[in-house]
Amino acid sequence: MEYALIPLLPFAAFLILGIFGHWIKDRAHLVAVPAVLVSFILSVITFMDVASGRHTSIPLYTWATSGDLRIELGLYVDRLTAVMLLLVTIVSSLVHVYTIGYMEGERGYARFFAYVALFTFSMLMLVMADNFLQLFIFWEAVGLCSYLLIGHWYERPSACSAATKAFIVNRVGDFGFLLGLLLVYLTFGSLEYRQVFAQAPDLAQEAFNLLRPFGGQWEVSTLTLICLLLFMGAVGKSAQVPLHVWLPDAMEGPTPISALIHAATMVTAGVFMVARFAPLYSLSPVAMDVVAITGAATMVLGATIALTQFDIKRIVAWSTVSQLGYMMMACGLGAYAAGIYHLLTHGAFKALLFLGCGSVIIALHHEQDMRRMGGLKDKMPVTYWTFVVGSLALAGFPLTAGFFSKDEVLVSAWSAGALGELLASLGLATALLTAFYSFRLVFVTFWGDSRVDPHHAGHVHEPSRTMTVPLLILAALSIATGYLGIPGFLSPAFPGSGSEGHHDSPIAFGIMAIATLMGLVGIAVAYLLYVKSPGLPDRLAQQWQQLYRLSLNKWYVDEAYDRTVVGPTIRLADRLWNSVDVAVIDGAVNGVARTIAWGGWLMRFIQSGQTQHYALGMTLGAVLILTVYLLF
Amino acid sequence: MIPLSYYVILSAIVFITGVVGVLIRRNIIIILLSIELMLNATNINFVAFSSYFQNVVGQVFVFFALTVAAAEVAVGLAIIIALYRSKTTINVDEFQLLKW
Repeated sequence: MEYALIPLLPFAAFLILGIFGHWIKDRAHLVAVPAVLVSFILSVITFMDVASGRHTSIPLYTWATSGDLRIELGLYVDRLTAVMLLLVTIVSSLVHVYTIGYMEGERGYARFFAYVALFTFSMLMLVMADNFLQLFIFWEAVGLCSYLLIGHWYERPSACSAATKAFIVNRVGDFGFLLGLLLVYLTFGSLEYRQVFAQAPDLAQEAFNLLRPFGGQWEVSTLTLICLLLFMGAVGKSAQVPLHVWLPDAMEGPTPISALIHAATMVTAGVFMVARFAPLYSLSPVAMDVVAITGAATMVLGATIALTQFDIKRIVAWSTVSQLGYMMMACGLGAYAAGIYHLLTHGAFKALLFLGCGSVIIALHHEQDMRRMGGLKDKMPVTYWTFVVGSLALAGFPLTAGFFSKDEVLVSAWSAGALGELLASLGLATALLTAFYSFRLVFVTFWGDSRVDPHHAGHVHEPSRTMTVPLLILAALSIATGYLGIPGFLSPAFPGSGSEGHHDSPIAFGIMAIATLMGLVGIAVAYLLYVKSPGLPDRLAQQWQQLYRLSLNKWYVDEAYDRTVVGPTIRLADRLWNSVDVAVIDGAVNGVARTIAWGGWLMRFIQSGQTQHYALGMTLGAVLILTVYLLF
Repeated sequence: MIPLSYYVILSAIVFITGVVGVLIRRNIIIILLSIELMLNATNINFVAFSSYFQNVVGQVFVFFALTVAAAEVAVGLAIIIALYRSKTTINVDEFQLLKW
């Protein structure tokens, strides 16, 4: 079974489209779509291979050796990898097909497919990595693709800023990741998963002196330090607090990539990483607590902000931030299988929601503000109904995949000690908020009277089949993935710490009931506010003005960063530019030129044009030479 | 006999007079004259040494030098006439076209 083909086919598509895109133009999908579809089929075969117990580890290529350090590329395929492969290839294939309709006629058609293919390749290699460095290389690569794709419409300054913001915020996290990687090599002497995980239990007591270069003494557990540093990378990549700020702005990119990158795949790389390194994390309770609390904070923050936004893509983006928090919280509490399970189901229904938004946006000629929507459910039935299915899954409505996965997370969280009970309660409260904002979106966008711009109101219609079929498939997946027994499939892949939820206990049943209740109450409140009494939301906003504004302005995090980090950095850069670059460096370079020109000016006077002066020079020269000759 | 050194000193004085004339005088014809002076000074030198060493080669060389001097004067005068025709002056200070 040629596992290497899975990432290589999209890479080949990227190369072809990158080099020949200028001539391929509108037929780019003929290159990209088959490549990723074949990858998908191979992923299914891989899944079946792994399910029958075959784990594989294939070294591919030795990049460099230096003394004891061997840098290799290799593939490691186990259960976690297999499900991630499926997720990435399914969502990528569906997004590829959807893009045929969404980006039809655009100038950058081939370029878009090329970058999406590159992204798919990078994500697949990341997921199949068998050593830390390879993970990091493709971690950066997906960040690069995210930058390229967010800035796809590069004539728009807002898109360029958003792309730069995403990349820089990611880099902050990656700085921590790189430090963690170096510490791993220092501690374990190797960067390969197998060797590191094998040695980990023995090195659990190792300590690291943080103040050694300063001659001081502050010992911390090396493993905890490693886990925390690696987690910094996850905080950036998976948009956890405080590095979540790039994700809503990333909505500047085309909707298909919001679905692929910022819902189902790239942002999940951080959660995947924590799960992949579960053998390390489970040896460091401190790190796991940090992960769990960060996840919970993100979960709450995302949900509270999504309540008041008006741009439909931003609502879904903040929802993604919140759900990523759920997944991270689950992993932090030891429920890795539950976290990944939610990652998979979320990939399905969140991609569905984004693609549904895209469908609406296209139908209304690039309108994204839901205050100018309404009354669409009869005009766009397929979009409407699939959107409802996705929202139900997000809200955790019974029988949807989202219900099962969210339940799995909450039950496993509850049985993880006191912290688990606290965070699970927060999770239940957030479930209410989640259901509320999801159906706020549904009711305001699709129900009621049409507030659409009269210009376009006449020809609002369902988009083409290349866009509706992926919606239908994802809707089916949003339900079906709940019944595939994923948590059972995944738990052997993780060090079990007794956090497989005891599903038959009364507590588990109680949590399921409360979660369902929260979901239904959320939907009911949304119905009350946006269908029954439409004046009520504004009155509530007036009454709770402080809180409303806090939510609407995203808790002023961007403004805080601007004041504390961005502003001073720009001012410092400005000052350095003026006092160093212009004054010193330009001064030196220009100064050299000026000096030489001045020397030339001096020398010019020798050329007087007077023959007798030249004759004098010759005479003096001859006398000088003769003197020297006679004396020496 | 007259000591050799007298002749050499005479030759040197004439030569230096010629050099200084080339460097200082403003009249092109005088400069040409000074060049001739330099040539003749070297001729004196050649003859003096030829007499001192009783070797006729020195005198033979003087013939060559004199011939060359004559040819050179002819060419020099032709150049001076060309210059005069271009600028109607024989003041060397006024030929400054190669100035920066």
